[in-house]
Amino acid sequence: MLEIKNIWKTFNAGTVNEKTALRGVDLTLDDGDFVTVIGGNGAGKSTLLNAVSGVWPVDRGTISIGGVDVTKLPEHKRAKYIGRVFQDPMMGTAATMQIEENLALAARRGQRRGLRPGITKAEREEYREQLKMLDLGLEDRLTSKVGLLSGGQRQALTLLMAALRKPQLLLLDEHTAALDPKTAAKVLDATERIVQKDHLTTLMITHNMRDAIAHGNRLIMMYDGRIVVDVSGEEKEKLTVEQLLAMFNQASGSDEADDKLLLG
Amino acid sequence: MANFLNALPGAVSQGLIWGIMAIGVYITYKILDIADLTVDGSFCTGGAVFVMLFGSGVNLWVAMLVAFLAGMLAGLVTGLLHTACGIPAILAGILTQLGLYSINLAIMDMRASQSIAVTDNGVLNRLLVSLRFLNTEKFPFYRHPIFVVGVFTAAIIAILYWFFGRELGAALRATGSNQNMARAQGINTNVTKVLGLMLSNGLVALAGALLSQYSGGNEINVGRGAIVIGLAAVIIGEVLLDKVFRNFALKLLSVSIGAILYYIVIQAVLQMGLNPNYLKLLTAVVVGLFLSIPYWKGKYFRGYKKMRTVGINMVKIDGETGGDDRA
Repeated sequence: MLEIKNIWKTFNAGTVNEKTALRGVDLTLDDGDFVTVIGGNGAGKSTLLNAVSGVWPVDRGTISIGGVDVTKLPEHKRAKYIGRVFQDPMMGTAATMQIEENLALAARRGQRRGLRPGITKAEREEYREQLKMLDLGLEDRLTSKVGLLSGGQRQALTLLMAALRKPQLLLLDEHTAALDPKTAAKVLDATERIVQKDHLTTLMITHNMRDAIAHGNRLIMMYDGRIVVDVSGEEKEKLTVEQLLAMFNQASGSDEADDKLLLG
Repeated sequence: MANFLNALPGAVSQGLIWGIMAIGVYITYKILDIADLTVDGSFCTGGAVFVMLFGSGVNLWVAMLVAFLAGMLAGLVTGLLHTACGIPAILAGILTQLGLYSINLAIMDMRASQSIAVTDNGVLNRLLVSLRFLNTEKFPFYRHPIFVVGVFTAAIIAILYWFFGRELGAALRATGSNQNMARAQGINTNVTKVLGLMLSNGLVALAGALLSQYSGGNEINVGRGAIVIGLAAVIIGEVLLDKVFRNFALKLLSVSIGAILYYIVIQAVLQMGLNPNYLKLLTAVVVGLFLSIPYWKGKYFRGYKKMRTVGINMVKIDGETGGDDRA
């Protein structure tokens, strides 16, 4: 489904702030894979997701989604294939627009936007049903401005928007990190349900190792712009936090690495 | 007082015409979140194109349409300078505006002013609006500028209301609200920005065409400070009617009302004997004040918000320690 081949990315090349964030990353996701991504600050997790989303072009390497080479496509064109939820709850929704308008915008992702109605009656019913699934009471607030919602509600809405048209790839960039534990658990629950329901191919960054182990069928760990650990199947099922820490220490070649690095 | 009342219909008419320009400013300033200074030039472009075409015998509606398209072209230039060339929007607008000064002169046959032969009754009767139609004894009510421009404004608001409820209009609003979100939903934000700038400047030029008819000619400095007048109308409308007018169409109407009030106030100040040369200073001070109010308000409320943010941070810190424990 997703095929990343040898991608490299250096920021601020030739300046004192030069930082090579991705150093030849290779990653192939099969249809329906749910991969959790962990790693310390600056390991390149978010950079990897941004590279796939096309926020900026990569320096080297290729990215293809569902067999289509998207390496040279701009961000808004890749959106056809990708649903995204960001770490910042403010980033994924239009605050000055209504809940139903946000959903309607997401429903038209990848389509040509013309002079057809921005939202139809039938859609409203569909959205009401979808929102019920989140169990946050949003189904009765279709015409509320999104700016009035809490961070958790906004993340849940963004998640719904990302999955609304069954993307070929769902990218979750620490989407529960800015939420309080209770809300984070709720949003993570909704994530699991949505991913399972539509059998979505998913990449989820998390700073919580327990979440990384509990969710998905595969786990990768990044360090210094590379993928250093890649476990899946039975091996991943049996993984413990202690083992994961040991793996991290081995990969980074440092005994200073403690859980703080991973928990970012 | 009698003088003031006599001048009132004229002030309202002018306010309505500038209101159409202000609706154009609303599209960029409020919907797209761009301060577009092109309007100071494109307003004059609309008047210049109209006066020259109409003067050479072109049909009124064709001349108005071409004026509208000329404004859109100005918006396109600013839009491309901003999106394709990476120039900050405000500077892109200033560049277009400056260039338009020469272009406007060229359109007007290198003269600083051009007039419409309104003393010729045949010409006058072909016009859509003119301050001469203010005379209710000589002309029927349906030719009165307040009526004609009022209907015109209502039509524009109706069309815009329709457009911003469509997929493309919604994409434009999303672009102004949150560019990241818009791009993540597959919206080419460069295209929507250019489109918004074109639509806005088209309306501004159309207002310029109406004003040139109303005043019987076009003058090279007519659009100077137009952006500030537009902002004044947007802000007055917002301050007075934001709580009452929730619907998008009514928000546009409040811009038009804001422009009318602005012209009534100007009229009143002039009647009180202010030297007209001070008008621009007065406008700048008033708009400056009104633009400051939200900031001051925000500063006051931020103190209150800070307390709340600290509360949220504490929850966040709790969450992180919770994560540590679980690990």
